[in-house]
Amino acid sequence: MVTAAQRVSTRSTTEGGDATSRARAIAAAVKDPEVPVLTIEDLGVLRDVRTDGDRVTVTITPTYSGCPAMDVIRDDLILALSEAGFGDVDVRLTLSPAWTTDWMSDAGKRKLTEYGIAPPTGRAAVGPIKLSLGVKCPRCGSLDTREVSRFGSTSCKALYECRACLEPFDHFKVH
Amino acid sequence: MTEIDIHGDVTVDQVELSDELAGGEGRATTADVAEYALWLGDDALILSQQLGAWIARAPELEEDVALGNIALDLLGHARSLLRYAGTFDGRSEDDLAYWRDEPEFRCAWLFEQPNGDFAHTIARQLAASVYQFELYSALRSSGDATLAAIAEKSVKEVDYHRDHAVQWTLRLAGGTDESRRRMVTAIDDVWPYVDELFGDEPLTDRLAESDVAPRPSSLRPGFDEVIDAVFAEADLTVPAGYVSSGGGRRGSHFSTLGYLLAEMQVLARQHPGATW
Repeated sequence: MVTAAQRVSTRSTTEGGDATSRARAIAAAVKDPEVPVLTIEDLGVLRDVRTDGDRVTVTITPTYSGCPAMDVIRDDLILALSEAGFGDVDVRLTLSPAWTTDWMSDAGKRKLTEYGIAPPTGRAAVGPIKLSLGVKCPRCGSLDTREVSRFGSTSCKALYECRACLEPFDHFKVH
Repeated sequence: MTEIDIHGDVTVDQVELSDELAGGEGRATTADVAEYALWLGDDALILSQQLGAWIARAPELEEDVALGNIALDLLGHARSLLRYAGTFDGRSEDDLAYWRDEPEFRCAWLFEQPNGDFAHTIARQLAASVYQFELYSALRSSGDATLAAIAEKSVKEVDYHRDHAVQWTLRLAGGTDESRRRMVTAIDDVWPYVDELFGDEPLTDRLAESDVAPRPSSLRPGFDEVIDAVFAEADLTVPAGYVSSGGGRRGSHFSTLGYLLAEMQVLARQHPGATW
């Protein structure tokens, strides 16, 4: 299990620092096509950006194994970096360390709430007990909510309903 | 940076993202590792294909979504595993999924048991997900970096599948007389195929000795512990009766697999090289 303490931060090589930070900024701005308020940096999907001349290597990690957004994110990275003048864009996928919602940025969580999706709460754990705080309704803020289905509109979300305002909403699962 | 319409005139050549799977920069270097990845990949692929058939047919909309999501996770696991298996002899994940016939598939018999009614699907899910959870948990410490990475990723998802199957088992067994009757029947029908999952084979013996994979028999206690707890709460008993010898790892299969493959493979075979 990956804990927050073991969080892997995205790194940049020192050589070509300007190009690298430019490439990083471009890559970090690419959005998740299924949750368009979030960038891949907000999600923790962007793991690494390195440059060597006009060659850039971006490493991303999938949220879930079958996530169809990965192919789109890959294409978007190539397009955005090519437009910015990087001639050779290599996007790599890594499975390890496995993605966890512990990597989602606080800015990302705020944006999710504003978008109407309850952000992940608590910390990820594999096994019988998941440490999760109450899920707050992103519309009215009530904690009187219930899980309707552990599975929702995408792999990463569960379907909830609020007993206070009676509205259904998506919850980004702690993972 | 100026805002650009990234989906405008520019087209991107379709590149197989999976070709670049890290951890899988590596190639399967031995026939044993490739064969083992094929076993696990086929289990996930066949179960995924079967669950997909529930979409728009499940008892409620949320369950369409749940089974569809679980199928998608399993398809992701299958893609990673089959891609890795194919690196040994230069076949792609698509070659393995679409261009092999029944005798070349290596799924255990549990995974090719038909959907049946909803209770049968849940009974099959319970056995499959509890088994896969134990397997992937152990495989995380594999000496094979690619298998370890796939297991680390997959175990988190299988944890959800397990929870889903357990909740439905409790609900059906403790529901109405009719739901309980169906759940008991389903457990009776599915359970003969559990033993095959835990049978040690020469291949798994060799892989265990080289620290690549756990011995299937070593996973049995963990499986039994979970199942016993669930069955105790659901007032179910492990059926004592016929136990299938199994044969999926040798390429022996039920006729149901042929129909499943015919549907799964028809498009790729009628239009070779088609992309969509």
